[in-house]
Amino acid sequence: MPSSTMDNKNLKTDMRELNFGEALQEAQQQIMERDKSVMVIGEGVADPKSIFRTTEGLVEQFGPDRVTEMPLAENGMTGVCIGLAMSGFRPILVHQRIDFALLSLDQLINNAAKLHYVFNGQVTVPLVVRMLIGRGWGQGPQHAQSLQSLFAHIPGLKVVMPTTPYDAKGMLISAIEDNNPVMFIEHRWLYHLKGDVPKDLYRVPLDKANVVKKGKHITVVTYSHMTIEAIAAAQVLAEYGVEVEIIDMRTVRPIDIAPVLASVKNTGLLLVLDTGWASCGVSGEIMARTVENAFQHLKKPPKRITLPDHPAPTSRHLADEYYPDAETIVQGVLSLVDEEQKLPAQEMYERVRRTSLRDIPNPAYVGPF
Amino acid sequence: MKSVDSTIDLPALYHSMLRIRRAEEAIANRYHEQEMRCPVHLCIGEEAIASGVCANLKLSDVVFGNHRSHGHYLAKGGNLNAMIAEIYGKATGCCGGRGGSMHLIDNPAGFAGAVPIVGGTVPLAVGAGWSFKLKQKEHVSVVFFGDGCFEEGVLHEAMNFAALKKIPTIFVCENNGMSVYTPLVERQPIRSISGIAMAHGLGVYTGDGNDVVEVAHLAGEAVAKARSGEGPQFLEFKTYRWFGHVGHEFDDDLGYRPDETQQFREDRCPLKRAVQELIQKFGWSDKDFAIMEENVKAEVEAAFQFSFASPDPNPQTSGDHSYAE
Repeated sequence: MPSSTMDNKNLKTDMRELNFGEALQEAQQQIMERDKSVMVIGEGVADPKSIFRTTEGLVEQFGPDRVTEMPLAENGMTGVCIGLAMSGFRPILVHQRIDFALLSLDQLINNAAKLHYVFNGQVTVPLVVRMLIGRGWGQGPQHAQSLQSLFAHIPGLKVVMPTTPYDAKGMLISAIEDNNPVMFIEHRWLYHLKGDVPKDLYRVPLDKANVVKKGKHITVVTYSHMTIEAIAAAQVLAEYGVEVEIIDMRTVRPIDIAPVLASVKNTGLLLVLDTGWASCGVSGEIMARTVENAFQHLKKPPKRITLPDHPAPTSRHLADEYYPDAETIVQGVLSLVDEEQKLPAQEMYERVRRTSLRDIPNPAYVGPF
Repeated sequence: MKSVDSTIDLPALYHSMLRIRRAEEAIANRYHEQEMRCPVHLCIGEEAIASGVCANLKLSDVVFGNHRSHGHYLAKGGNLNAMIAEIYGKATGCCGGRGGSMHLIDNPAGFAGAVPIVGGTVPLAVGAGWSFKLKQKEHVSVVFFGDGCFEEGVLHEAMNFAALKKIPTIFVCENNGMSVYTPLVERQPIRSISGIAMAHGLGVYTGDGNDVVEVAHLAGEAVAKARSGEGPQFLEFKTYRWFGHVGHEFDDDLGYRPDETQQFREDRCPLKRAVQELIQKFGWSDKDFAIMEENVKAEVEAAFQFSFASPDPNPQTSGDHSYAE
């Protein structure tokens, strides 16, 4: 997929292909080489599996003082990391599942998000919390949640969800250098995807959406793994003359709504995709801001595609239909652009429908993961 | 009272306690005016712990507090004017009016922050202490909390990690036997708080929290151990909260502490005990006490006048500092 070119335009560096996970590893390694205040702390960061290899080699290179295994004490250790961050360090706290971070909401919401404000700017909390959405292979209701809207509700936190390896590396570097707590949410189904990544250190801003694909018929706003599904859907739709504009939000707090408004001005139609639930979610926020600011440009009420409003089931026989995918997106787009049903919808669905097992991101994955 | 030796500067300890007592009395006396429009949790009766512990600290050591932290802030050298102004919600307050009594900070003095979620600052202190160890500095961090906090999981998470990494943090439990209106016996089984801290691997000290000399002695030992690399230390001091959980009044009328009388309080008064010692061992005269009283009262009154003369914060700045640059 196209990588972002809006930043670092003058970057003169060798590009090569890395996957998303490798890009994260490289970001941490390169910034730790430059900045001794950066530390990595988490359950598994220095173990043989190294958080799906995203912290591979770091403890060997930087030692156990900077790459630290931690007790199973998510709230306490989040507080310890905040204390470090207040004292001149830049800790990266890693949770193998975002669900584990729920144990640390007190420290994240009451302290990390508030201390700079309540102490009138006299304290900063440069903390990154890496959290993985663990969808797939029967992870079930407590290992696969998409909880970004929970964090995005909180003033004082930044919440980012990159899609591409390029953005993964550039945004993780920006997050580490940022003087605020940044919730860095990684979708496990992106880890194997490859893309061009510069060898050198570079930055992608934490407050800018990215127009991934231009199109004049409908605006599809998406982020994280749903961007991959949207691109697959758009490729098929294009063959039938439907030109989809895809905007990858990349961050959910703050929300960069300007490119969405500009796009809706041209297309008049909006479909929002979410990896999470609908109620009080990110998709609703994007729709609200669009309606507030560009109502006059909308030809029809906007629509959204989200998870059903119930927890994730474990059995693949239940989960397969739980997750929206490219086929769902084609359905959503057609419901807005083709009300008269002139296009061969069934044929299009069949073209995007996955025929391999749907509880893993691609056939190369084997359990457990 | 523990006997005074050459390591104890009792006049300085008494001065520290007196400043806290008079500042809080002034808050209590003016609170009915309804101009200090935030909750205040007064520590009158518990001053010896803040004063005795902080007397052993250097400017470069850091202290974290809790919802009841006027005493900790002042004992560590926090700016009195900025604290009173903060309680009045003034622009000159230590948080510019964003915090009030329950959020206090004075970084130059080494008072690194107080917040009102019980247990909230405990891991922050461990993080600060870890930073000293990583930077190979001989500073210590200190966190004050109550017996109620001992029921919070985060405290045990923090003690476990501090012991694991031999972090120079001093955990100070001010055991006043009360969480709001609920006594300790209704919240914890009969067993020793400090014994559990010991089981976590901390060095443990227990003492009379109303005896400033005893507090200073024990804290001195604990701080020296933490500073020399022996890891985290735990101090448990029994004490007594004179006022209600929150607010400016005694609450004997509620009947939840049936033993309580003015006599009961005075028997435990850490200042009264120090007065006896100053007369007997330091030969203090009425005049010596009067001079100190006068100076402290003038300082406290000046802090209130500073606050009254201070501007209110500009409401248009209300959203500032939501994010750091």
